[in-house]
Amino acid sequence: MSLDPATVRRIARLARIRLDDAQVAQMGAELNSILGWIEQLNEVNVDGVTPMAGGTHNMAQRLRADAVTDGGIAEQVLANAPDREGAFYTVPKVVE
Amino acid sequence: MLTDLTLAEARAGLRAGRFSSRELTQAFLDAIAVLNPKLNAFITVTGEAALAQADAADVALARGEQRNLTGIPLAIKDLFCTKGVRTTAGSRILAPFIPPYESTVTANLLRDGAVFLGKANLDEFAMGSSNMASAYGAVTNPWTRRGDNRALVPGGSSGGSAAAVAGRLALGATATDTGGSIRQPASFCGIAGIKPTYGRCSRWGVVAFASSLDQAGPLARTVEDCAIMLGSMAGFDAKDSTSADLPVPDFAAACARGVKGLRIGVPREYRSDGMAPEIEALWTQGLDWLRAEGAEIVDVSLPHTKYGLATYYIVAPAEASSNLARYDGVRFGARSQGRDLIELYEKTRGEGFGDEVKRRVLIGTYVLSAGYYDAYYLRAQKVRALILQDFTEVFQRVDALLTPTTPTAAFAQGERMDDPITMYLNDIFTVPANMSGSPGLSVPAGLDAHGLPLGLQVLGRHFDEETVFAVGAALERAAGFSARPGMLAGV
Repeated sequence: MSLDPATVRRIARLARIRLDDAQVAQMGAELNSILGWIEQLNEVNVDGVTPMAGGTHNMAQRLRADAVTDGGIAEQVLANAPDREGAFYTVPKVVE
Repeated sequence: MLTDLTLAEARAGLRAGRFSSRELTQAFLDAIAVLNPKLNAFITVTGEAALAQADAADVALARGEQRNLTGIPLAIKDLFCTKGVRTTAGSRILAPFIPPYESTVTANLLRDGAVFLGKANLDEFAMGSSNMASAYGAVTNPWTRRGDNRALVPGGSSGGSAAAVAGRLALGATATDTGGSIRQPASFCGIAGIKPTYGRCSRWGVVAFASSLDQAGPLARTVEDCAIMLGSMAGFDAKDSTSADLPVPDFAAACARGVKGLRIGVPREYRSDGMAPEIEALWTQGLDWLRAEGAEIVDVSLPHTKYGLATYYIVAPAEASSNLARYDGVRFGARSQGRDLIELYEKTRGEGFGDEVKRRVLIGTYVLSAGYYDAYYLRAQKVRALILQDFTEVFQRVDALLTPTTPTAAFAQGERMDDPITMYLNDIFTVPANMSGSPGLSVPAGLDAHGLPLGLQVLGRHFDEETVFAVGAALERAAGFSARPGMLAGV
């Protein structure tokens, strides 16, 4: 499996990370090296193995009551916004 | 010299009234002022707040109200959110971030009277093994090779925490470990550090990297100091759905248990052909020490060990790509301007993330993308289950495992930067315990031919940190590690 520059650009687009052409070339080479190294997992017989989905050992996922336990702290939530107007975050115009 | 005390000694001195927390805290702030310009172990020093906390501790001590850590100055890895104190995660993208809340682990430490000296440097988003990947500059290891003054790395990602403790800039430090980020820096800096069982410490308020692997733990100069700190850091937290609802044992008491009658496993897969002879010799020495203390040494096999790192480099980036999606330049953190929303996102993340973070987010995005999920991510989760099964089977026969912590001692800044995989191989002995969620402790056990510290790793059963501490403390007593780094402030 080898990633061509178009695939690297597509992944970067999915990840919303801007890369320039030089970075596409360098990242592409590094990603290929990492993916090539990861191929060793194909040697492992995983037939019938249940995937381990989390880090929790032998414990059922704990659920909580679907109740409001926090809130009313809009100022705290907005305090770190890079830009805001009143009680709103701002973004560039999305709908013309 | 107050800064040369262990945490346990400092605590005894405070309780006996031999010195005040203000004196102790000021001694560390003075040491930081002298040495931090060289080590770059702290990103932020909170001197005034620390002295105010110290004064409050002195008032409490005078009233006889002593908690576990009353008046004890600590460093906090800059991955733990601290209310009102900038928390960067070592990233440009969080440069402006001031959390309006306190992480559970740091809140627990404050509850128990600790004093916070400041926020410790780290690899960006805890992704790295050298602390070279911090947007706030590299950290220098207080140790140097004999007759060679080149700056060495402290390991990573908790490199600032480890350098601060080794350089006597704090009595202990919080850290986190996703693939070895507590144990590898502990080994490189000649100190102790434990990654407890997954679920033992709450992840709430800790900047997330890979949520099924991330676990907080302490770094300190001795095993007992780690046990004392972990006693305050650990505990059930309803705000973390993976937090274990179990009582916190008396970890410090477990340090005195000894190892008589314990069965210690030696996993043969950790004995690689390329292993440095002095590391192999130290490992053998460690086994001899435990045997002399009455433990039985048993050869065991963990057949999927060799696949740990490759599995890690699918699972961790996949989770990271999801966790780091939150850095969008809209709700918090840095923003780069764009003509439209997509350009705003892409430029914010392109300019805000460093190269290692980008690599991992891109790998994660790829292995989770349509058509590749089964081949990469699902397969990795299955191999992970096999790694856990290896440990589960072995721990039916033995009480703990002993291995080296790292394949080498600390290396120079700028070394091993040629390709990412060379750097990743640092974590070959530490990653399996993250995959399985097992507790792992690194204990300073000896020096290499250049005079650099080497650590041994003790792995234990889930939620049996007590046995891990018992074995680690026995090793520590036998090793009598008393070497000191070259760069110390005022000792």
